Amino acid sequence: MAKWIPLWLHKLGSPPTFYRFAGAVRPWAMGLALLFGVIGLYGGLVLAPPDYQQGDAYRIIFIHVPSAWMSMFVYAVMGVSGFIALVWRLKLAEVVAMESAPIGAAFAFITLATGSLWGKPMWGTWWTWDARLTSELVLLFLYLGVIGLYHAFEDRRQGARAASFLAIIGVINVPIVHYSVVWWNTLHQGSTVSIFGHSKMPWEMLWPLLAMTLATKCYYAASLCRRARTDILALESGKDWVREIAQAEAAR
Amino acid sequence: MNAPLPRACAAMLRRDLMLAWRRRGDLAMPVLYAVIVVVLFPFALGPDLALLQRIAGGVVLVTVLLAMLLALDAMFASDIEDGSLEQLVLAPQPLALMLGMKILAHWITTALPLIVIAPLLAGMLHLPAAAMPALLLALLLATPLLSLLGAVLVALTAGTRRSGMLLALMLLPLCVPVVIFAAGAVTAAQEGLPWFAPVAWLTAALILAVVLAPLACAAALRIALDS
Amino acid sequence: MSTLSHFFALSGEAAAFFRMGGYAGYVWPAYAVFFVVLIADNVAPRLRRRRILRELRGRLARQVARERRSPSSTPAP
Repeated sequence: MAKWIPLWLHKLGSPPTFYRFAGAVRPWAMGLALLFGVIGLYGGLVLAPPDYQQGDAYRIIFIHVPSAWMSMFVYAVMGVSGFIALVWRLKLAEVVAMESAPIGAAFAFITLATGSLWGKPMWGTWWTWDARLTSELVLLFLYLGVIGLYHAFEDRRQGARAASFLAIIGVINVPIVHYSVVWWNTLHQGSTVSIFGHSKMPWEMLWPLLAMTLATKCYYAASLCRRARTDILALESGKDWVREIAQAEAAR
Repeated sequence: MNAPLPRACAAMLRRDLMLAWRRRGDLAMPVLYAVIVVVLFPFALGPDLALLQRIAGGVVLVTVLLAMLLALDAMFASDIEDGSLEQLVLAPQPLALMLGMKILAHWITTALPLIVIAPLLAGMLHLPAAAMPALLLALLLATPLLSLLGAVLVALTAGTRRSGMLLALMLLPLCVPVVIFAAGAVTAAQEGLPWFAPVAWLTAALILAVVLAPLACAAALRIALDS
Repeated sequence: MSTLSHFFALSGEAAAFFRMGGYAGYVWPAYAVFFVVLIADNVAPRLRRRRILRELRGRLARQVARERRSPSSTPAP
């Protein structure tokens, strides 16, 4: 590999080192997620004033919008690490890409469910074929496709590479879907509801939103660490260091 | 044995068409499926002429798409079973081109019969004659697009055992824009609006797919068969 | 929602908080979905880890037993 990549990064690529590294990072990330989450929820549910148009129903924003951002962010991470997995065949990149998929699917599902619960009182309907909603649904299907393809292979590394390829196709596909739905909606004279009735958000509502965004980011880091650690154990179950962990955990 | 490229392409195409012709019973399956689905719609929705007219274009498009999905699974199946796909990967000719020929053969054997009976299906649902050219043109552009996109996904699932439902799940996000533009053209033609724009989009997408999909298909196949 | 606040015997301010300006039926289920999904996401790898290690220990135990039965044969790597 290229010389400009520092040595510690090479070392991090080895499964036992990454296992320890992820184990050290995880509690901190989870702690930060809980801290930001408590601050954000207190600010969002208690301190922030009701919206002048939507009343208290807008408080769903504090979980809905961070989840929507995360569903896209996780997809980007999956696409990039999938690309690395395909080009450099890094085992760790495969693990990160494939263990990101369920977390991203969870966030996409939360986005759709909370958006539906928010849409009912505000728009009077659980679902509308708006470009954003449709793209999010397509994103969820892409996640499910990636997860399904990964598990369809008997050889896990081969499955990870095939699913990474599908994830990269999806990166190209999502913007196309979004703009085609925008075009379709203008053709059908569809509803032009925007999620934000007013574009400028007062600070009392903005800071809890940002805190929740940080919380979901940290949560993703923590969850990814836990999932990657588990997956590495499964991949390396023939190795000595995994046996030692298994014996040590039996003793406890 | 380094055959010149045009001859290799022609041989590939001829071989696949001949194999399909020997099993012509299978060729009728997607057509039969499409007819059954379209016949069921009026029973489910009632024989109301205005309603059937309004949904005719969309129903025919979705039916053709599902019928193609039914046949998509078999695109590389027999070649994987008898190992000729692996031979193809090792052949000196560029894999993407050979796969392009296979996709073309598959389109001729499954999509073309569907396009031929599409006017009949549309007529059963009382699609106005004015919208018929738009429907045929949309199908002519959308079906090769679906064949090409589907081929990439079929290649990805080449190394797996069960893939029927998985293929549908993976194809859905990819075919959303295709369905939107194809149905958009038919709807616009039905309403007497100009339907050039969606057809132009479909054409652009088809040109892109003709160039990129065989390459992606070859890359996917290399991943799925590599072990 | 009033029955619920009666049930918990809440003071006016807390009851108002749980009523969410009449949108309680939408806001709280949304938050419930958020937490249930994330907790499920957290529990799943924990269970998988336990299963992987249990299976590995089982495999190791079988291997040890096999070696004890036939000590002459070379141990499998």
